[in-house]
Amino acid sequence: MLATRVFSLVGKRAISTSVCVRAHESVVKSEDFTLPAYVDRRDYPLPDVAHVKHLSASQKALKEKEKASWSSLSMDEKVELYRIKFKESFAEMNRRSNEWKTVVGTAMFFFGITALIVMWEKRYVYGPLPQTFDKEWVAMQTKRMLDMKVNPIQGLASKWDYEKNEWKK
Amino acid sequence: MAPEVLPKPQMRGLLARRLRFHMVTAFVLSLGVAALYKVGVADKRKKAYADFYRNYDAMKDFEEMRKAGIFQSVK
Repeated sequence: MLATRVFSLVGKRAISTSVCVRAHESVVKSEDFTLPAYVDRRDYPLPDVAHVKHLSASQKALKEKEKASWSSLSMDEKVELYRIKFKESFAEMNRRSNEWKTVVGTAMFFFGITALIVMWEKRYVYGPLPQTFDKEWVAMQTKRMLDMKVNPIQGLASKWDYEKNEWKK
Repeated sequence: MAPEVLPKPQMRGLLARRLRFHMVTAFVLSLGVAALYKVGVADKRKKAYADFYRNYDAMKDFEEMRKAGIFQSVK
């Protein structure tokens, strides 16, 4: 409950900038940010206000007809009433999109740019690696670790065959 | 709207269904992961240690290391 209230506050800020003009609705003149706002949210199914604020004459007539028995309403009138109250149906608001492709693509693009920057950095900024990274040094280092029997049970020395003097297959 | 009637959707017990699914899945996955860990990691490690130390000769091991020349205190 509390979370929904917080969400509707967030939703107000998030959607109040989008002004929707449709053929059969009235234009929103100025958005008072202190007023309750309409939100299309899965977790807030009944928004604080109806979608259409200013009804046309025909819509006003329809709202009057709504006060009578609903069985007298035609299907189109029911849909019109729905569209007065709500902007998008659940199916519409939950529709999937291809946005993820854009997001993933952009992320990979910037990852690539970062890679180029790092390559330039390695070439022009960094100094040489310490001698402890040379192949010969690492070989001597590994030999010494095997002589010391480092981690002989499950680690390095356990992978070395001391009889045949080679790595275990 | 065309007069085709959609089947009535599930109206009740939605949370209960979701809860049941996730509780069962959570149980199965946790027990599965725990069992796999026990067998693949814990038991395997215990066996490796047991096998290593079953016929372990510390003095022989020491002699090998000494001959390899890694000690400073004894050559």
